[in-house]
Amino acid sequence: MSKSLKTLSDDLWKNRVEKVNSELFTLTYGSLVAQLCRDLNYNYAEVNAHLEKMGYNIGLRLVEEFFAQTNLGRCQTFRETAEVVAKVGFRMFLNVVPQVVGVDEKQFSLVLDENPLAEFVELPDDGKAFKELWYSNVLVGVLKGALEMVQLEVNAFFVSDVLRGDDTTELKVKLVQVLKDEIPVGED
Amino acid sequence: MSSSRLLVSGVGYDPAVGPQSTGPQVQQLATSTSSLKRQFSASGGAHSSIFDKNLHRAKHDISLSSLCYLFGEIVSWCDSKSRGVQQLESRLNNLGYSIGIKYLELTSLRENFASGNISSSSKSHATKREVRILEILQFINSSVWKGLFGKMADKLEKSQDLANQYMITDNLPLISKYISVPKEFQHLNCAAFVAGIVEGILDSAYFQANVSAHSFPEPGLPLKTVFVINFDDKVIKRESMRFER
Repeated sequence: MSKSLKTLSDDLWKNRVEKVNSELFTLTYGSLVAQLCRDLNYNYAEVNAHLEKMGYNIGLRLVEEFFAQTNLGRCQTFRETAEVVAKVGFRMFLNVVPQVVGVDEKQFSLVLDENPLAEFVELPDDGKAFKELWYSNVLVGVLKGALEMVQLEVNAFFVSDVLRGDDTTELKVKLVQVLKDEIPVGED
Repeated sequence: MSSSRLLVSGVGYDPAVGPQSTGPQVQQLATSTSSLKRQFSASGGAHSSIFDKNLHRAKHDISLSSLCYLFGEIVSWCDSKSRGVQQLESRLNNLGYSIGIKYLELTSLRENFASGNISSSSKSHATKREVRILEILQFINSSVWKGLFGKMADKLEKSQDLANQYMITDNLPLISKYISVPKEFQHLNCAAFVAGIVEGILDSAYFQANVSAHSFPEPGLPLKTVFVINFDDKVIKRESMRFER
């Protein structure tokens, strides 16, 4: 299973994905976060929330491209979901493959050895940002939004970030519930 | 300026070394950058800072869609914060501006390292810095565009009517590629963000200018954008004092 996922994502990356230098992406994200910090008066809890909301909007739309490109079917287990998110999703959009750790039927963690969002980044030296700001929080929103579109309501959050001086950057995803397929109004 | 002098003479912020370059231990530093790095990580405290990392990264590509999703969110957030197209464009411009300031430093450091101007070897070239309008514009047109968008800009022109006006044309700005502008925003050009980058670069290189992005759709090139650069009069004056006659 995992082998074929790798072949699939390698093939996608090589042949289907339109690529761009990640530096522009990194810089763009950086100036966004900096501007958000200024606009929200360095209230980092609000910055986190806002980044998550932006990510959520992205996730809702990104999932469509994901399925159009991959033709993957429904995952049978949450473990499988974890594998697909890491090996295909992250690879396809950020060209990195996080490690999947601590996986069971209710949760998994993604450990990002490389994080294209956080290259060239230092957190503000105001004594607060190191404790309160989750710089890459947009990813949390993306995961929530994208998984919600496949009927998985999840809770996601960062537990550590190398930018804060931690050893690893770890993002935890917990399954809240499997949503029922809802039929849009007017379609029986 | 010789390369070894450059390392020890910095007072305050020296981009070649980092922010803490004034202590006495700097003067004892050997000229090789590797020993410099060691010193700094030893004295740098618990967190390794970005100055410990290599300036040259292995080239990493990501999906263009990711950039476009992000940029789309940025545009709609800027929109929610502003009244009218003009404010929206100036917000985008500001975001780009902060990138431009940093990007000039990054690319010029890289280019100088690559060509051996600042290095551990004993070559004593002066650090290259563009001082003429045309040179800095060509630098933007080629090096900057290539670094950011993977291609050169399509055209660099001087205005025939105004002495202080130059134009850079991009037939297909990467960033606007997947943005469809609604009818009520028909004058909006999201490449205002790129204009901001250019403005940031020019300002931090002491070529004060205003840069704006304008759409010039042509058959076959619906997204063709012209970046109009208006230099301050003093820049033009300086140029003519230095280089004419």
